[in-house]
Amino acid sequence: MTRIDATFQRLKAEGKKAFVSYIMAGDPDAETSFAVMKGLPEAGVDIIELGMPFTDPMADGPTIQLAGQRALEAGQTLERTLQMVRDFRKADDTTPIVGIDGLIVVDLPPEEDSELCLPAKAAGLNFIRLATPTTDAKRLPTVLQNTSGFVYYVSITGITGAAAAQAADVAPEVARIKASTDLPVIVGFGIRTPETAKAIAGVADGCVVGSAIVKMIEQKRSVADILAFVRGLADGAHRA
Amino acid sequence: MAEDGINSFMTGPDEAGRFGIFGGRFVSETLMPLILELEERYTFAKTDPSFWAEMEDLWKHYVGRPSPLYFAERMTTHLGGAKIYMKRDELNHTGAHKINNVLGQIILARRMGKTRIIAETGAGQHGVATATVCAKFGLKCVVYMGAHDVERQAPNVFRMRLLGAEVVPVTSGRGTLKDAMNDALRDWVTNVRDTFYCIGTVAGPHPYPAMVRDFQSVIGREVRWQLAEQEGEGRLPDTVIAAIGGGSNAMGLFYPFLDDPSVKIIGVEAGGKGVDDRMQHCASLTGGRPGVLHGNRTYLLQDADGQILEGFSISAGLDYPGIGPEHAWLHDTGRAQYVSITDTEALEAFQLCCKLEGIIPALEPSHALAHVMKIAPKLPKDHIIVMNMCGRGDKDIFTVAKHLGFDMKV
Repeated sequence: MTRIDATFQRLKAEGKKAFVSYIMAGDPDAETSFAVMKGLPEAGVDIIELGMPFTDPMADGPTIQLAGQRALEAGQTLERTLQMVRDFRKADDTTPIVGIDGLIVVDLPPEEDSELCLPAKAAGLNFIRLATPTTDAKRLPTVLQNTSGFVYYVSITGITGAAAAQAADVAPEVARIKASTDLPVIVGFGIRTPETAKAIAGVADGCVVGSAIVKMIEQKRSVADILAFVRGLADGAHRA
Repeated sequence: MAEDGINSFMTGPDEAGRFGIFGGRFVSETLMPLILELEERYTFAKTDPSFWAEMEDLWKHYVGRPSPLYFAERMTTHLGGAKIYMKRDELNHTGAHKINNVLGQIILARRMGKTRIIAETGAGQHGVATATVCAKFGLKCVVYMGAHDVERQAPNVFRMRLLGAEVVPVTSGRGTLKDAMNDALRDWVTNVRDTFYCIGTVAGPHPYPAMVRDFQSVIGREVRWQLAEQEGEGRLPDTVIAAIGGGSNAMGLFYPFLDDPSVKIIGVEAGGKGVDDRMQHCASLTGGRPGVLHGNRTYLLQDADGQILEGFSISAGLDYPGIGPEHAWLHDTGRAQYVSITDTEALEAFQLCCKLEGIIPALEPSHALAHVMKIAPKLPKDHIIVMNMCGRGDKDIFTVAKHLGFDMKV
């Protein structure tokens, strides 16, 4: 059982929804990024999604593109990201980290499973697949087949940080996915306020916020401010 | 060809869209259903006589195909060796080979019921071709173009706007073709239901590399019969040469000759300021290694972590850190040879072509011509080289003037 599986088991027993927050490793620099990361569990984050910066992130909107550029300019590398996680684990051995305990690789559809997804599963990692509004009934079984940990439902057709997610649109889609799998379904894209976090988490097993948090890092807000904002979102999701 | 255990070089890609280890479908889930539908529709269209009848008709009456195969007599005499033919795809409507492919994709888009067309463009030739065909069919057209390219290819930006297209300057990255393709893919994922992404080169997720190649192969097919007409039944070129950014004009010329072992195939990459560790070039095969970008696995300019490096070339159309996956495979199997030409060499070829043949070539085919200039003098007089004159140079006169220190202000 991975840390991700264990966390969902605990949340289920407590009758709580999951709150997942995304940050970019090394944004705007290694030190600040680590300070934010360390504070996330205390702010109510159940699962941390840690992004590895890439020069050409095709599923990301401008906010996360810029975060990646800042991190790379500050010298972030894969090795530094792994070191950041090693340091985090010295004080926290339970909070799951997506990117470490499980992988999300947006541009890797089930058609390309053999190279990364299957070896990752064999190595005891979760492989978290995205389902989208265009994933129809015919395709859904293919998407779910090798997915583990949770299903990440993308609330909109689009990129991160763009249109606002609507609970009324998301609810029937989540229900459709849950009819085909026992895995938790977590919804991301287009969630930026505690109210939306509550509404979306209410129709799913939890929600993800990324761009709204990354935007505060872009605005050079203090670590305390950022964590206070995260706490508001987490409380929203947990009230659902 | 038995030595590689490969019977034919023309059967790719396989069902997963692979050419050896290259190609594939590396796109987000939002796009996957559409990619699969596109593959299905294209597979059907490929054997649908009505589809090809529409293509042939437009190629003939709208584009002006077949383009001439021209014996470059003075260039041949000047170089003093091999006999040089130019495939005049710069004489196509819109001034480059790009429209061959655009017509195919737009006809397909119409058959799929799509009402909005998006495209990426580097030099602007693919953007102009897409805007042109969209105007002809009354389709909404949005073209993504790197901000740096918008600046160095201003005449094409104006052309696209005249043709009714919206041109979106892309400021991410260094503002070149790579960044334009990123933003086009982001648009597509957002507007997936009504939008068709018309990719301009033999890259992107399967089925694009194969589909674009098939549409561009009209170039090589024409060369086959045209050369036989001029040089005698059954005469094949000894060498075919084309410039490569993503590699669509090259695949179009090469593909019909892949299974003719006597035909030597040479692709010319943009060597920029020289292919060395300064990475001031766009020669992905010579200076890159395999990785995944824009939906396919291919040779890419990248660092140890897989971060994509910015290339460099005087030619906006070749300024791309990757290359079509089929070229990557032809490189690894040894069926085709890939070389690089620097900006300086391309500029020399550009000028020589103007003076000797009365043809102002685009900077892209000037790279191919520069390599012809290197090899032709050492080859016998009965050796036939066909180079692809894939675009005309009107769009490049400002860039060239700047490099030659000529003041264009009037």
